[in-house]
Amino acid sequence: MGLSRGTTLLLPFLAIMVVFFVLPLCIAIGYSFMAPDPMGGVKAEFSVAGYQRFLYSPDLQGNLHLDTRYLEIIFKSTLLAIFATGLCVVIGFPMAWFMATRPEKQRDFWMILVTIPFWTNLLIRTYAWILILRDTGLVNSMLQEAGIIDEPIKLLYTPFAVGLGLVYSYLPFMILPIYSSLERMDWRQVEAARDLYATRLQTLRHVVLPACIPGILGGIVLVFIPTVGSFLAADMLGGGKQMMLGNLIENQFGMGRNWPFGAAISVILIAGVMIGLMVIARRGQGLKEVVG
Amino acid sequence: MSSVSANKNMPGFGLITWLGIAFLYVPIIAVVIFSFNAGRLITVWEGFSLDWYAKAFQNPDLQRAALNSMIVAVSATTIGTVIALAAALALHGGGVPRPVKTASYTLMALPLLVPEIVIAVTTMAFLSALNLRLGLGNVLIAHIVFCIPFAYAPIRARIATIPKSMTEAAKDLYADDWQTFRHVTLPLLAPGIFSGALLAFITSLDDFIITLMVAPPGATTLPVEIYNKVKRGITPEINAAASMLLAVSIFIVLLSYVINRKKAD
Repeated sequence: MGLSRGTTLLLPFLAIMVVFFVLPLCIAIGYSFMAPDPMGGVKAEFSVAGYQRFLYSPDLQGNLHLDTRYLEIIFKSTLLAIFATGLCVVIGFPMAWFMATRPEKQRDFWMILVTIPFWTNLLIRTYAWILILRDTGLVNSMLQEAGIIDEPIKLLYTPFAVGLGLVYSYLPFMILPIYSSLERMDWRQVEAARDLYATRLQTLRHVVLPACIPGILGGIVLVFIPTVGSFLAADMLGGGKQMMLGNLIENQFGMGRNWPFGAAISVILIAGVMIGLMVIARRGQGLKEVVG
Repeated sequence: MSSVSANKNMPGFGLITWLGIAFLYVPIIAVVIFSFNAGRLITVWEGFSLDWYAKAFQNPDLQRAALNSMIVAVSATTIGTVIALAAALALHGGGVPRPVKTASYTLMALPLLVPEIVIAVTTMAFLSALNLRLGLGNVLIAHIVFCIPFAYAPIRARIATIPKSMTEAAKDLYADDWQTFRHVTLPLLAPGIFSGALLAFITSLDDFIITLMVAPPGATTLPVEIYNKVKRGITPEINAAASMLLAVSIFIVLLSYVINRKKAD
């Protein structure tokens, strides 16, 4: 049986993705059900210790004690991710609206302005906030210069800094999909609504918002996924005290030397993301049918 | 006409947009300004100087990391774009069974939907299970995987715009498959391939967390090296190195934009 030419062309792609992407994910699922090797890596025996670690931690005698530290990190980072995503919607929607209502020639300019941060180095963009937020940073030295404060305010290494870093990192991911759905919208509907004496708010609520639900949902997906698993913002701006899921996973595969637990967190994270995506895809489609 | 735009305007949205753009740019601009600062104190302006650039250029760690970044980005872009091009041609043309097609689309989307940290640790665990010690090769393998979807999207978009009549005309004139591809499809696809390659390049150049996890000692790239340096204490030469990396990214975004614009004309 010979493969068709199309399938042959597809083979390098399939081979690379299966071997270096799907297989590692499957192996990680396997690792999550194994016992940790204290030297790093796993011992080849079945164990649910990786999943037990969410609730219990063993003491020196090997007895399990209730330990909710990790659940708290998961809960807190999910909450922070939801908060950051929400803030991105609140800031991103007006920006996308404003950009989409500019004359066509100006729109390109605005698009470039938002696209540049989208593609610039995340590490450097996060690092930049250290220069701004630290005790001798821009904000504190400006406030001191102006005589508003005597002692620097602690901004860096706080949950505030982490949240700020997250919103900053992923705001363009929210603006772009909302912008593209607003750009495709028929703005004559807005005029019609206004002609029928709808207030600006009513127009926003009943005409514009329904039309850009797909864009908003797309933006939420694009912002929430990297935020909930983010490593850099908490690592650089949280100073190791404000751990998020991404830091916890990195830690278990690094210093923590508990690969099965790290793998178990990864499995839970992917499962959560996939369930969320399915719900959104279903709702998104349902909404598309309603809106037309 | 004036009433039309008045209906579209929401009070305050313009202000939010300007503030939002300022929010996006002030930190980037701050890094660049401080990189030209003569003094060691990062927040006090002591005059213009290129000293930190000279220092950054002379730093052996940064030199090696920059070289590694270039080698990985160029190789991952080349290999990733060729694979993405082949996949795009295969998926656009007939002859691929439907389930394989669906699986391929899922595989294209997955690297963008799975949190990066998970890709980072699973790839690291996998390479270490294989006991693969290829140095920079380990980094390259990881980069090829996530470069493919970025290279694929513009190529795919471009393929959709090529009318079937073009390739049919070539075939009618007795061009064989290779000649049709070489002289008709490829030139028409060129802008898509080029902009896909640019996106892959920039993604590889900017990657941090995956490289951090999979890079063996000596195979660190520029972002990872900058991260290691920041962890040891902030120095002005970090700002210089960071500014150069920013300049490359921005140049590539603008280049890709110019190409896309030409395509539209």
